Amino acid sequence: MLAVTAIAIIAMRNILSVIMLGGIYSLLSATFFVLLDAVDVAFTEAAVGAGISTVLFLSALAATGKHQALTRKNHIIPVFVVLVTGAGLIYSTSDMPAFGDPNAPVHTHVAPRYIQQSGEEIGIPNIVTSVLASYRAFDTLGEVAVVFTALIAVLLLLGLNRGSRQDKS
Amino acid sequence: MFELIANQYNYWICILLMMAGLYIVIDHTNLLKKLIGLNIFQTSVFILFISMGKVDGGTAPILEEGYNVFSNPLPHVLILTAIVVSIATTAVGLALVVNINKRFQSIDEQELEQIELEEE
Repeated sequence: MLAVTAIAIIAMRNILSVIMLGGIYSLLSATFFVLLDAVDVAFTEAAVGAGISTVLFLSALAATGKHQALTRKNHIIPVFVVLVTGAGLIYSTSDMPAFGDPNAPVHTHVAPRYIQQSGEEIGIPNIVTSVLASYRAFDTLGEVAVVFTALIAVLLLLGLNRGSRQDKS
Repeated sequence: MFELIANQYNYWICILLMMAGLYIVIDHTNLLKKLIGLNIFQTSVFILFISMGKVDGGTAPILEEGYNVFSNPLPHVLILTAIVVSIATTAVGLALVVNINKRFQSIDEQELEQIELEEE
């Protein structure tokens, strides 16, 4: 499903339908995260990816005008680059552990400690929350700093432009 | 060979999505569509991480009596952070696109190149 939507986005020429398909794609990936037991990630993706990001794209489209033509240049070089990169990545997957393997390296280092101890140490049943807000709270603080910086950047980009227009008039 | 593919199909899906995103970023000239391609690329990385955290027979990592096998919570934490950062970068990119459109009345890469040549 995800792959079909992504290919439809490649083929679609109307930018409005591309944005709508982008929202559908985010929602599909959110359901995929539920299947993979990542419920926290799923509702963040549904709210942020399918909700806020689609709204942002639509407002940017409203500001730029939707009659933009989707012209394309030479296809051969991009297809070649994509195929070579994809082949290299597929070759490298042969060393990766199998899907769902409980003995994969990712499950054997620090993860068991969080699963066994976080209930007693933090007292929150949701392990993702206790790692995010307690063990790794400084990372989350850093994330807030990133979002704050992005907010300032957006305000500067859009706000400075408004100031220069006022100067002209 | 078939067993290898069946065991690792999650990576193949990620690579397919990632290459779709990369193709959109390289090939399409409309800047908004390039950003959508970038979003697809990012989502493929999210799926890669989350699928690595999956354990066969596990449930969501919420402590509850009667469940002993959980999926790995650490990729979930990482990707939660990454989703929020990705929306921040998308917002900055969109603000840049809106500004480019105000300045040049176009968000098409080829048209922008022509405008640049004419200005020189």
